[in-house]
Amino acid sequence: MNSIFKIIELFKNFLLEIGELSYFAGRFFKEAFKRPSEFKEFLRQCFYMGNRSLLLVAVTGFIIGLVFTLQSRPTLQEFGAVSWMPSMVSISIIREIGPIITALICAGRIGSGIGAELGSMRVTEQIDAMEVSGTNPFKYLVVTRILATTFMLPILVFFGDAIAIFGSYLVENVKGNVSFLLYFNQVFNALEFGDLIPSTIKTFFFGFAIGLVGCFKGYYCKKGTAGVGLAANSAVVFTSMLLFIIDFIAVFVTDIFYDL
Amino acid sequence: MDTTVPNLKPIIVIKDLKKSYGENHVLNGFNMVLYEGESLVIMGKSGSGKSVMIKCLIGLEEHDSGSIQVMGKEISELDRDELDDLRTEVGFLFQGSALYDSMTVRENLEFPLRRHTKKFGVIKDTTPLVIQALENVGLAHTINLMPEELSGGMKRRVALARTLILQPKIILYDEPTTGLDPITAKEILLLMKSIQEKYNTSSIIITHDVDCARVISNRMILLVDGKNYIEGTFEELSISTDPKVQAFFK
Repeated sequence: MNSIFKIIELFKNFLLEIGELSYFAGRFFKEAFKRPSEFKEFLRQCFYMGNRSLLLVAVTGFIIGLVFTLQSRPTLQEFGAVSWMPSMVSISIIREIGPIITALICAGRIGSGIGAELGSMRVTEQIDAMEVSGTNPFKYLVVTRILATTFMLPILVFFGDAIAIFGSYLVENVKGNVSFLLYFNQVFNALEFGDLIPSTIKTFFFGFAIGLVGCFKGYYCKKGTAGVGLAANSAVVFTSMLLFIIDFIAVFVTDIFYDL
Repeated sequence: MDTTVPNLKPIIVIKDLKKSYGENHVLNGFNMVLYEGESLVIMGKSGSGKSVMIKCLIGLEEHDSGSIQVMGKEISELDRDELDDLRTEVGFLFQGSALYDSMTVRENLEFPLRRHTKKFGVIKDTTPLVIQALENVGLAHTINLMPEELSGGMKRRVALARTLILQPKIILYDEPTTGLDPITAKEILLLMKSIQEKYNTSSIIITHDVDCARVISNRMILLVDGKNYIEGTFEELSISTDPKVQAFFK
């Protein structure tokens, strides 16, 4: 009986959190269009987020490209379909692997960073100090960060995809002696707007989710310094879950359009 | 210490202030008047509602009922812009200094200046104002340092400079000497006193430090269970035989 109550309580808390997050998102849209625009802070955040994640995204993308090609090669060889490698790699990376892996990396790198930064600002009263000095901290700290993640993630995904496909080409070049021109010719022949556009659109939502959850967890951080760690940690966990849900919805919606 | 109230024009009036967090009733009908040029010390044990009261006063927390009038304006009736304008006249020194740790000392001081264009206009070169504010607290040489490079006392003084840069009429101090060694605490107190004399500001000082109250107060209020328990000058309270009052002065 006790465990049933615990489950109900957990579910209630989960719904409460979803409600609060929705309210937070609503407040973001309300504040985002108000003046002053805080454009300088937005650019600063774009620079920091892009700059800090670039190397990680590049290394991960490169390794994914390498590993994916190395793992798939023997199977394709068995069926005599190695020539399909560029098409297969590019479509799977562009449509799915690139966006989701880059978003998960950024959730860990950027989302936790935002959660910890805003959390520590909350517990050391810096957010209150900002409010008292006549600055809207929600607009200055939250709106700029959410916008920065929303606009930077598609760029990072594009960069990560390109590096991953390049990694795949290197394997094909070494193992199959495929030229750069031939490989990328096949890559671009295989890709259609129907692959690029839905995956690009969903990366905006991924970016939005990373910024939103990171800011939400940090902005309402409680329980002192322990709460800062908790904010960073729960930002990553919650965002990762949300990313898969968004991905599922995106694939589902894209599928409906394909059927049409 | 001169304990007379310098001017009898009220600048902050709080009536029957109540604030609860769920079942926890933090403020239970607190009343207070701050007069122009006065230093009012509010003492009380931890959890007695001092910090909540001061946060309600500046609009950082919403009160449940009662009235807070700052310079004739009812806080709960102000919209965001009006509240921001009022905040240029009310400085707040936080207990932990609350310096923005991603900014240098200069940027910390420039931050409020660049935001309050209504009061000061658009200032192209903020350096003279920043240097002047830092000179007031004796820390002009720290202008390019980051907050992590400063000691606790220096942080508190830079925070005071940041508060002063907007030239407020009222300064709220939340436990200004907590966490400092006795010598640095005394330096901060003397600094607060000199600032009060130089700029004729009115101050509310939240503390449980009796030395702080002795040096700076014109008048004191003892807060117990979210209500005014006793009010008077430092001398009056220090000779009180009430055990709750005496607990602070022993």
